[in-house]
Amino acid sequence: MATRQTQSLAKLMRAPAIILLLIWMIVPLGMTLYYSFLNYNLLNPASTSWAGFFNYKYFYTDPAFWESIWNTLVLVLGVLLITVVGGILIAILIDKPIFGQGIVRILVISPFFVMPPVAALIWKNMIMHPSYGVFADIAKFFGMQPVDWFAQYPLFSIILIVAWQWLPFATLILLTALQSLDGEQMEAAEMDGAPALQRFIYLTLPHMARAITVVVLIQTIFLLGVYAEILVTTNGGPGNASTNLTYLIYRAARLNFDIGGAAAGGIIAVVLANIVAFFLMRAVGKNLD
Amino acid sequence: MTRSMRALAGACAVIALAAPAMAETLTIATVNNGDMIRMQKMTQPFTDANPDIQLEWVTLEENILRERVTTDIATKGGQYDVLTIGTYEVPIWAKQEWLTPLSDLPADYDADDLIPAVRGALSVDDTLYAVPFYAESAMVMYRKDLAEAAGVTIPDSPTWTDIKAAAEAMTNKDGEVYGICLRGKPGWGENMAFMTAMANSYGARWFDMDWKPQFDSAEWKEALTDYLAMMTNYGPPGASSNGFNENLSLFQQGKCGIWIDATVAASFVTDPENSTVADKVGFAQFPNKDGVDNHGNWLWAWSLAVPASSDAQDSAKKFVAWATSKAYTEQVAAADGWRAAPPGTRTSLYENADYQAAAPFAAMTLTSIDGANTQKSSVQDIPYTGGQFVAIPEFQGIGTAVGQQFAAALAGQMSGDDALNAAQSNVTREMTRAGYIK
Amino acid sequence: MARAVSRNTRIGWTIAAWFVALLIFFPILYAIITSFKTEQEAIAGFDLIPSFTLESYREVQSQFNYFRPFMNSVVIALGSTVLALIVAVPAAWAMAFSPTKRTKDILMWMLSTKMMPAVAVLVPIYLIFLKTGLMDTRIGLVLVLMLMNLPIVVWMLYTYFREIPGEILEAARMDGATLGQEIVHVLTPMAVPGIASTLLLNVILAWNESFWTIQLTTTNAAPLSAFIASFSSPQGLFWAKLSAASVMAIAPILIMGWFSQKQLVRGLTFGAVK
Repeated sequence: MATRQTQSLAKLMRAPAIILLLIWMIVPLGMTLYYSFLNYNLLNPASTSWAGFFNYKYFYTDPAFWESIWNTLVLVLGVLLITVVGGILIAILIDKPIFGQGIVRILVISPFFVMPPVAALIWKNMIMHPSYGVFADIAKFFGMQPVDWFAQYPLFSIILIVAWQWLPFATLILLTALQSLDGEQMEAAEMDGAPALQRFIYLTLPHMARAITVVVLIQTIFLLGVYAEILVTTNGGPGNASTNLTYLIYRAARLNFDIGGAAAGGIIAVVLANIVAFFLMRAVGKNLD
Repeated sequence: MTRSMRALAGACAVIALAAPAMAETLTIATVNNGDMIRMQKMTQPFTDANPDIQLEWVTLEENILRERVTTDIATKGGQYDVLTIGTYEVPIWAKQEWLTPLSDLPADYDADDLIPAVRGALSVDDTLYAVPFYAESAMVMYRKDLAEAAGVTIPDSPTWTDIKAAAEAMTNKDGEVYGICLRGKPGWGENMAFMTAMANSYGARWFDMDWKPQFDSAEWKEALTDYLAMMTNYGPPGASSNGFNENLSLFQQGKCGIWIDATVAASFVTDPENSTVADKVGFAQFPNKDGVDNHGNWLWAWSLAVPASSDAQDSAKKFVAWATSKAYTEQVAAADGWRAAPPGTRTSLYENADYQAAAPFAAMTLTSIDGANTQKSSVQDIPYTGGQFVAIPEFQGIGTAVGQQFAAALAGQMSGDDALNAAQSNVTREMTRAGYIK
Repeated sequence: MARAVSRNTRIGWTIAAWFVALLIFFPILYAIITSFKTEQEAIAGFDLIPSFTLESYREVQSQFNYFRPFMNSVVIALGSTVLALIVAVPAAWAMAFSPTKRTKDILMWMLSTKMMPAVAVLVPIYLIFLKTGLMDTRIGLVLVLMLMNLPIVVWMLYTYFREIPGEILEAARMDGATLGQEIVHVLTPMAVPGIASTLLLNVILAWNESFWTIQLTTTNAAPLSAFIASFSSPQGLFWAKLSAASVMAIAPILIMGWFSQKQLVRGLTFGAVK
């Protein structure tokens, strides 16, 4: 019943959002594109000049560039793995008949409400600090040498912090999916004597596929942009061991005040992110219909 | 018109008249360390004397503050009227004409009382562009009791050989006492401040006269090798995450034999309220290598400057003059005792008998600051100024990148040689890009 | 589903669930505990029982009046969310009920605008803010955060609206309902849970945003993220104070989240449940 009238009404309703986002995208993106072709250092604005593709070449030949791409992938995939697997397990656990379900749920979702710099500060100082952190206290209790997490396992430490922040999100979405699972079907399978693991693989998991897709998609968007946790904890080091692409751009923009270089890095990041998004949509988009 | 109406009208008229004069608000950007926080609480005399000026504070963590303030001043944003910046920024920003010269300070300010080394670091072509709130050099702080027990003495002007021997003797890892604590946390103002000063005292330099980085030199190699050896053998665990704060805390808890760091730390480690070793601390000058006449040349001053983009420059100048005046120092002394006076800026403070009595570290602090030469920080010829940093805009970036390599070496993830090689190629790349290397 | 669960099994699951929940909550709990310690206690090693001093809170408050950044956070988070909803509800509605061939592409494109690293566009935005006088104003931040979260809001609403069966509308129309009645009696009740949880999610995202909120403010509009940035001190490890400031910054949103978690969960499906 898509009459022409409703069609044009729909167009009118869509327009503000699209136009706003178009402006929000085009204006900064256009300016960034323009800056990316300039030799423009904020600390030395007088010597601004046309740079051609030099900024791109410079960013791309940065010794840290490939390492940062790799770190970005490891970070995103690592967090996705932890949050999806952990999310499924926790969702199953808190879906069981337990005492105090409401409070358990509240405790589990709490990390989602903590702003990233605060989360990073808490983990860095109070949990993972090699002298005063809780992990160090535990190690000392068992007579072991405390681990210096941010020096020895920098990327893993950041993955841990970020995964902690996103675990509640994954758990919640997966839990709603789990709760919509058909109980009768499950019971029938149980009657037939299907073991728990098989029931999980053949019934629960396929049912959750859509939810997992959503978790992967939404989290990927946010995880590609992680930088606050890195800034607070390792500053991208030691060496470049925990520098991801966003942090590399951050370094160019806020430490070197190299606006041209950061702009080129930003454009490269946008292109890469869109490639990822394209494949992601191809791979999982079907799931969303 | 009733009486109350008339009173109301009168009040309105007064407000209307007073309004233009009241309009001036100073937005002051500061770092969040103790002396600055104290200043925020002590502005009463200033606001009493200047009822037409209102103060608004923006207190931020050092790195975020630097980012914020730099963006604003470089885009001529005019968001701030008073900036808290260091000796690194002042010469660079002054050359860009981003700061207002402070040549017309009131006579009772007595700019000649400022310690010459500090004044020099805040001036460009003899014009003052910022006034120092407090200043620091670096020196050795050590545990007299541990040294005595270990049977070692640290002379007033030790060499690195003395330090190494003392660190070895004081180390007792089972008892959680580490012979030496040094900065390891990466950053141009963290481990690189220390490493640059240490390299200076080994006779090294960042750049030769053609701006070629010198990390492939024997001096740098020796300095880094000694640093890594000392920290691995006698240092605390997790040293590559330790910055000023972490080491301060370790020292206060009695876990460090020797700590070489900024002179301001002296007032914290001798503070009986927070330090368990307050009465056991000895002081010595920043070490040098045998035969190299250089004690690191560390000099830093948190200073107040007025950006050229401020629209309240006269009031801002009044404020910075007040906050760095002798009167303010006396006000702090009256409220919190002489030990709390902002150190390192005025000669008169170090001539004050009360201060000398209250601050056992005063003499060594003054010696260290006086001895710092930021115009020529290396015994070799150099094209740059600055002590524990190189005063060029690119230093934040390259300093931090090199700091990351050194931290990786300290964490055992690469060898010292690899770190130096990486530093060399990294800095060469940046300096070529910035146009220093032709 | 009347499955008999033995008491012992139930207790077993309860212990396991509580263990995991406390483990996840522990960092927050420990920060809360630390905020009631003295500075010496805070670094003295593991201890779950503080001396319940309020000293840290007092000091934080004396250094930085909490009320102003708190109000700024509330206004900015709510303002940007409401504005985003005003723009997004019609758009998502149209996309869900009158989809065109390009609807999915448009949605994807909207999401891709979120992938631009914020720091790369800082200088352009900073300059625009200076020119337009939006610098350090709540309005400016409301606008930026609205635009930043708009894609997620549109997408979340779209997936939710799509679950509303079109036949219901047709049926209502057959019964002679006017458009007004249709909206009030049929659509609104069905759309409200989705809108509510979108609102909640977006308030959380806006509250926790801490790049633009620091870079584009000085004093007047600085929210709680800036408040936090003023407490990691370069001189001394003041963890009790830092914890107190952290607790003050996250407490409002945490409490809001706890109270509204049911509403949040109901719509937070992104169309994942069928």
